[in-house]
Amino acid sequence: MTETALQDSGTQEKVASRREQRAEPLYVGRIRVYPRKVRGTLRRFKSAMLVLLLAIYYAAPWLRWDRGPGAPDQALLIDLPGRRAYFFWVEIWPQEVYYLTGILVLAALGLFLATSLFGRVWCGFTCPQTVWTDLFMWVERTIEGDRNARMRLDKSPLSLGKVAKKIAKHGAWLVIALLTGGAWAMYFTDAPTLVRQFFTGGATVTVYFFVGLFTFTTYLLAGWAREQVCTYMCPWPRIQGAMLDEDSLNVTYRAWRGEPRGKHKAGTSWEGHGDCVDCFSCVAVCPTGIDIRDGAQLECIGCGLCIDACNEVMEKVGRPRGLIDFDSARNIALQSAGKPPVAWRPFRLRTIVYVTLLFLVAAGVFAALGTRSTLDINVLPERTPLFVLLKDGSIQNAYTIKILNKQRQAREFTLAVKEHPGARIEIVGADPAGVLAAKPDHVATYRVLVSLPRAEVGEDSEAMTFVLTDKSSSDTARHQTVFRGPDR
Amino acid sequence: MTKREIDSISGQETTGHEWDGIKELNHPLPSWWLYTFYASILVAVIYWVLMPAIPWFNGHSNGILGYSQRASLDHVMEAATAAQAQYIARIDQAPSLAAIRADADLFNFAQAGGRAVFNENCAACHGLGGSGRPGGFPTLADDDWIWGGTLDDIAQTVRHGIRNADPDSRQSVMPNFGTDSILTAPQIADVAEFVLSLSNRSTDTAAAGRGKTVFADNCAACHGDNGQGKPELGAPNLADAIWLYGDGSKLAIMAQVTKPKMGVMPAWGGRLSEAQQRMVTVYVHSLSGGQ
Repeated sequence: MTETALQDSGTQEKVASRREQRAEPLYVGRIRVYPRKVRGTLRRFKSAMLVLLLAIYYAAPWLRWDRGPGAPDQALLIDLPGRRAYFFWVEIWPQEVYYLTGILVLAALGLFLATSLFGRVWCGFTCPQTVWTDLFMWVERTIEGDRNARMRLDKSPLSLGKVAKKIAKHGAWLVIALLTGGAWAMYFTDAPTLVRQFFTGGATVTVYFFVGLFTFTTYLLAGWAREQVCTYMCPWPRIQGAMLDEDSLNVTYRAWRGEPRGKHKAGTSWEGHGDCVDCFSCVAVCPTGIDIRDGAQLECIGCGLCIDACNEVMEKVGRPRGLIDFDSARNIALQSAGKPPVAWRPFRLRTIVYVTLLFLVAAGVFAALGTRSTLDINVLPERTPLFVLLKDGSIQNAYTIKILNKQRQAREFTLAVKEHPGARIEIVGADPAGVLAAKPDHVATYRVLVSLPRAEVGEDSEAMTFVLTDKSSSDTARHQTVFRGPDR
Repeated sequence: MTKREIDSISGQETTGHEWDGIKELNHPLPSWWLYTFYASILVAVIYWVLMPAIPWFNGHSNGILGYSQRASLDHVMEAATAAQAQYIARIDQAPSLAAIRADADLFNFAQAGGRAVFNENCAACHGLGGSGRPGGFPTLADDDWIWGGTLDDIAQTVRHGIRNADPDSRQSVMPNFGTDSILTAPQIADVAEFVLSLSNRSTDTAAAGRGKTVFADNCAACHGDNGQGKPELGAPNLADAIWLYGDGSKLAIMAQVTKPKMGVMPAWGGRLSEAQQRMVTVYVHSLSGGQ
């Protein structure tokens, strides 16, 4: 047997022992992951994203936005009891929840685009699970030490020092989890009030329940479950393959360069020896505990920490960086076949389609937001009776009209029918007659009776458009409905 | 399991099952998943103990919490009744029906409550939404009122009804002009022609002219000189487009003159509470916009 073959069989044994470990009866025991600290460009980028995203998350509920008297002054607020959502200058009513649909579609398309370009960068850098897990790992490392120290600590018998460290770690985790859960609740109620009420015991049971729930889930998911969430719970790894093609950049081990791998003695020749020195650095730093050299796999979240770790080693042994790097499947295939790599192609049919759709949906959402009306009218024609005959022989239909006054001031309106300027309109209970009043930021409901001379009622039913006009600003809203007549 | 068999290619353990030489690998579940499953089973067992769950021949297990949907519905209904109580009290104590209508809050409540009362008690004859019914059940959603359409008129009709045994019931009787031989058949035909002329539908001017005299002598006392009706007597307007009995044709008018039909409505004073009567009155009044 040659030396390489021996090393190969050694690796295989390791892999086999891992599989042995997995092949327990009934269920798999979790193989605990102890990620090692790593330095490098991607680590710095990941940390920067962590700080940025957490800063946004914790600070956002404290931003104020003056909406005038009677309205909440929180810039971002989802007021469930009040049935309103506030996003800076935008106020969304439940009827307008389609804006949310638009934003979700945009988010999905953005995710598709990013994945088809750079693989699972969402998972690696911006997913809340990743961000909080990374933060919890940083706390863990700070208190318990790096990989080896933590492994030693977990194997060591119970001692005062061990207990102290564990209590400190879980305590810190719980504090972060509480802050996380608390901040979540602040998006749904006034933040300063909530904080005061929370600590003086004045908050509602609902608030305590949800803060408790989110504290618990944060602690559980970021502290304990970690990569298990990505592997077992998250549906995204299972569908992301559909967004990838051979030009997508993925975290990839360049096997054509690294193999045959093996230990290398400094000063000896690299002849017949790949660049991979089998140091297991890439495995030691991986937050999901995988070996990237096994190829693309479901558990990889594309954070690229293995790239940083490998680059460090490559510099030490004097080989070029980039043994593990973001690379396309096309280049890997080319270079494995001994051909030169091609330039990365960001513009492909699928990315162009994603960008186009993204642009169209964004344009639609912004156009809808830009032309959002502060006045809306809903009309429900009465169905029992569909129509009545009046004394003078004319036909009367009844309608329930809902006026959605989305302005923060009381308004008064007049109502007309577009098709029949001579239609008799009676508003039941309106005071003064003919004027429809609506309170600020409220829905006003009126019963309206419309009558037309028999001669003007043509077929069985005809289109009728209500035109609601603001008395002071001549702002109008229209709603098309039907006027029903006797079928003869 | 007798023997653990490891698949040589994947290194995975097999389940030991084999079909036509194909062996199934054992892909065990993660432990957290299993524990979640066990916890669910535990929750189910706790639920059986706490809540009504297990059917038996003559009922079901009651559960130690004694929960019952029926009881909880009663609870909800009680709470709803309690929440309505203050409105009911305000409607009871309102100085007048007009005051209820003028108060936006009370008006809304009375309309909703009145609709419920109406659908339960009145809709059988007058139709949902007061749409009326052919054969003598007047439409309440139009602008024609036989006994008057003000709030007080409607309240009186609701409380005491029409042509029943209630001493304050609205009463009026139209004579059987034909069967009691008060008018002859030609006279009835003439007066019907005249009634048609009131709404410009007469085709025989000579007959209408003769009928005018018959009308003045026999009908005008109740229906008015021009057939415009007298609500205080419950005499319908004969000059409008609305007909209670029949379709307003000459034949239908002659039939009504010969042997009139007259509607009866029960008195609701003893059946509905004061507040219910007030609410249904406000509701009926609002159906047509009110008089």
